[in-house]
Order: sequence, then C-alpha cells, then structure tokens
Amino acid sequence: MTVGVLALQGNYEKHLEKLESLDCPAVLIKYPNQLSQVDGLVLPGGESTCMTLLMEKTGFHTAVSKFAKEKPIFGTCAGLVLMASESNDSRIASLNLIDVTVDRNGYGRQVHSGIHPVELKLNGHTISESSMFIRAPKITRIGGNVEIIGKMGMDPVAVRQDHHLASCFHPEMSQDSNIYSLFLEMIHSHCLANAV
Amino acid sequence: MAKGSFEVKVGLAEMLKGGVIMDVMNTEQAQIAEDSGAVAVMALERIPALIRKEGGISRMSDPEMIREIQKKVSIPVMAKVRIGHFAEAQILEALEVDFIDESEVLTPADEANHIWKHDFKIPFVCGCRNLGEALRRIGEGAALIRTKGEAGSGNIVEAVRHMRMVTSSIKKLTTMGQDELMAEAKEMGAPFSLVQQVAKLGKLPVPNFAAGGVATPADASLMMQLGAQTVFVGSGIFMSEEPAPRAKAIVEAVTYADDPEKLANISSGLKKAMKGLDISEIPEDQLLQERGW
Repeated sequence: MTVGVLALQGNYEKHLEKLESLDCPAVLIKYPNQLSQVDGLVLPGGESTCMTLLMEKTGFHTAVSKFAKEKPIFGTCAGLVLMASESNDSRIASLNLIDVTVDRNGYGRQVHSGIHPVELKLNGHTISESSMFIRAPKITRIGGNVEIIGKMGMDPVAVRQDHHLASCFHPEMSQDSNIYSLFLEMIHSHCLANAV
Repeated sequence: MAKGSFEVKVGLAEMLKGGVIMDVMNTEQAQIAEDSGAVAVMALERIPALIRKEGGISRMSDPEMIREIQKKVSIPVMAKVRIGHFAEAQILEALEVDFIDESEVLTPADEANHIWKHDFKIPFVCGCRNLGEALRRIGEGAALIRTKGEAGSGNIVEAVRHMRMVTSSIKKLTTMGQDELMAEAKEMGAPFSLVQQVAKLGKLPVPNFAAGGVATPADASLMMQLGAQTVFVGSGIFMSEEPAPRAKAIVEAVTYADDPEKLANISSGLKKAMKGLDISEIPEDQLLQERGW
C-alpha cells in the first residue's frame, strides 16, 4: 500500500515524513500519471488559490477527480477547501468530494492562528489531540451524508464522506497521528473491498 | 489558546513552501499576483529597484495601503519594517498583517539591535548572508529566514552566494565534534544552542527561502535547486515588460524546479525581464545587503 502526497505547493514534505514515520510507503506526486502508482492521496495545506491554478494547468483537476471515484483522499486545510462541494470563494475549482460548505480563512488571519484541542471520534472512542490551525477554513454547513469525525468546541473540524476524509487543521504539524491511522485504515479497507 | 507561539509562527512559514511571494505596490498589482498563483504578497510603497533609483529614507508602508490590499486579496499579506523599528512592527501587528519582514531594503532604524521578535504574535522573516546571521535572527525570534541577495538588482549572484554560504556552513557543522562547536559558534557569532541544534538537524530549525535578485523562471529554479523552499520576487515581476505571464511562469518554475523540459516551455515567449545591475556598478555604500548586524 503506497500513499501519494500532492506536491504542487504547500506543506507536502511534512506529510511525507509523517507517513514514513508510520511505516507507510509514501511518494510525492508532481505529475498526473504518477497517480496510478498510489492507493490513496493526501492534499496538503498551502494556498488553495495557487493550488487551483496549478491543478488546472497541469491536468490534475481532472486526474484527481477520476482518482477520487476509486480511491481515498485526505485533504488538510487548503486540501479541505479543494474537496468541499462549496466555498465562499468562486475562484476555487471544487473537486466536489465532501458535501460541506467552507469559509476560506474562516478562523481569521495569522494572528488568530493557534494550537487547540480537538475531540476526535475514532472507532467508537473519543480522543483529544492538540491540533494546529493556520489561517484555517471554517466548515459552515454539513451535508446529509457527511460524518463529523472531529470537533473543536461546537465546530466540526474533521469530516468524512464515503472513502474521503478532510480536516481544517494540520495533523502533519502535530505530535499525534490518530487521524492518519484512520486514513490508512480507510485505504486498507477500500483496497480489500475492491479486491473482492 | 496557544495563539502566536513559535510553532504556530513557523506553521505559516511551512504552508508557504513551494510557492512564490511577490512584492506589490498597490491593489491592482496585488490582484495580479494572487491571480497568478502567488502564495503571499509583500505590500510596500516602493519596490527595491525604485528605492535604489529614487533614494531617500524608506519606511514602513502607509497602513491605509496595507488595509486596501488586505481587503482585496485572500492570500497572506506581508509588510516590511525597518531593522530595529519595533514601533513600526507594533503597528503592523495591530493591522493584523500575516508576516512581518524586518528588512534591509528599508533604511535601518537601529544600528546595533534588531527587533526582539519573540514579543510579537505575528511571525517575522529576516534576511541573512551567512549562517551566523541566520542564527542570530532565529535567536531573536524569526520564524523564517531568507537570503538577502541584492534587492532590486535583478542579479541573482548575491542570492546564490548567500544560499551557498548558509548551506556549506550547515554541512560543515554536521561534520564537527561537540568539542569544536563552541569555537565555531564564537567564530560565526551565533547562539551556541542553535549551533548545536543545526549540527544535529543538518538544516535550519525554520524554513529557508530565497530573495534578492530573482528575475526569471530559471533564477527561481536555480534557487530552489540550491536548497530554497520558496522564492520571494521583489522587483523582478513588476519591473518586467509584461508582469502577469512572468508571475505565472515563476510560480510554475518553483513547482517544477528540477524539470528542465518543463522549464524550457515555461520560460518561452515571456517578454523582457527587468534590466538589472551588475553588482560592481552599485556603490559600496548603497549595497542593501550590508545592512543588518
């Protein structure tokens, strides 16, 4: 099982290090044809306007949409913005993978960025993790088929729909890795289901 | 809770990796930068090439102009303060800019001291010419380091020199024994604990970007291949003949810095780059890189 990390812009190296620290083979993805080598894909944090431009220019928008039909994707911060079905910014070309509405930088400018406790609901257990929010997007609407995986206070900050997962925060900047374990489980069970 | 901690400051620097930060002088340029894929804009009243040409004292930008740019774009907005001018930095913090550049491009306000950057919630970026200077700035609280290069020259030679100085000094530290590090710290004028940390990590404890003289996609590629994680472009875009296509090309060149075939296409058909200066044409007392201590 190999996981790809989209490496057009943003914090892709830290995701790679995190996956490798979990003994998961991982590769940086810079060209659409590399997607055939991986079983799951991480869309990292960075600037969603920049990533949208590069994804459209390089053919990734179409390639990732196609990949998503068959394989799991995990988006963090800007990655969530790209996966959300709706955002407050019409320039973002949505991949339309999770039925939520997001407000880009909804938690404010950098002076409001911080590390906050997030309650994660994983396999019936609730775990509290310290999570980093950087000019983070805010989820303002949750669609009917979306499961809330993580909450900060009353706010949903991690969500799942079918085989896709997304968070407002940056798990790659945290000491913990519970949400990666969930994503790897999702890839594993998806591979098994498809093999049958 | 835990807002403005050092980790959170470095966090934003991490998100800017693999991108281009563009100098802009008004809202129209800021919009062009954002539409071209910039990961952040640096709002300043005069880009370095104009400062060089017009002379005079260069100060922090008018807050009104910074506010207008903040309203116009959704990407992070950075702004510069004079070296040591903590009051300008306090004003930028009140404006909620996303990053402060304590910059040699503006006229220094203090000839001995830089700002104590740990006092601020907003992250700072500072320029350096060598590892000692980089570690002094990190010691004062900088969350991001960039080469100084020679701003407004359109000449990459100084940025290359500074990047090579930093990386070769880091390599040297990793080969030294514990007993040699104190003498080395003394020699480079750097805090001992940071020298120990770099010797162990084999890299800076904060991201390391390139700035000062980037004018073409090839320049951006060169700096990325020499170890920069993102590129600042000052005068190189808006002093060129056709800024938007050049801005887009430099953004793509950073992502595909190690793909010469792609770079050949990216670099094709761009109108004239900024003219640029040979460093020997710049009088020594006008070299911006000499500022900072």
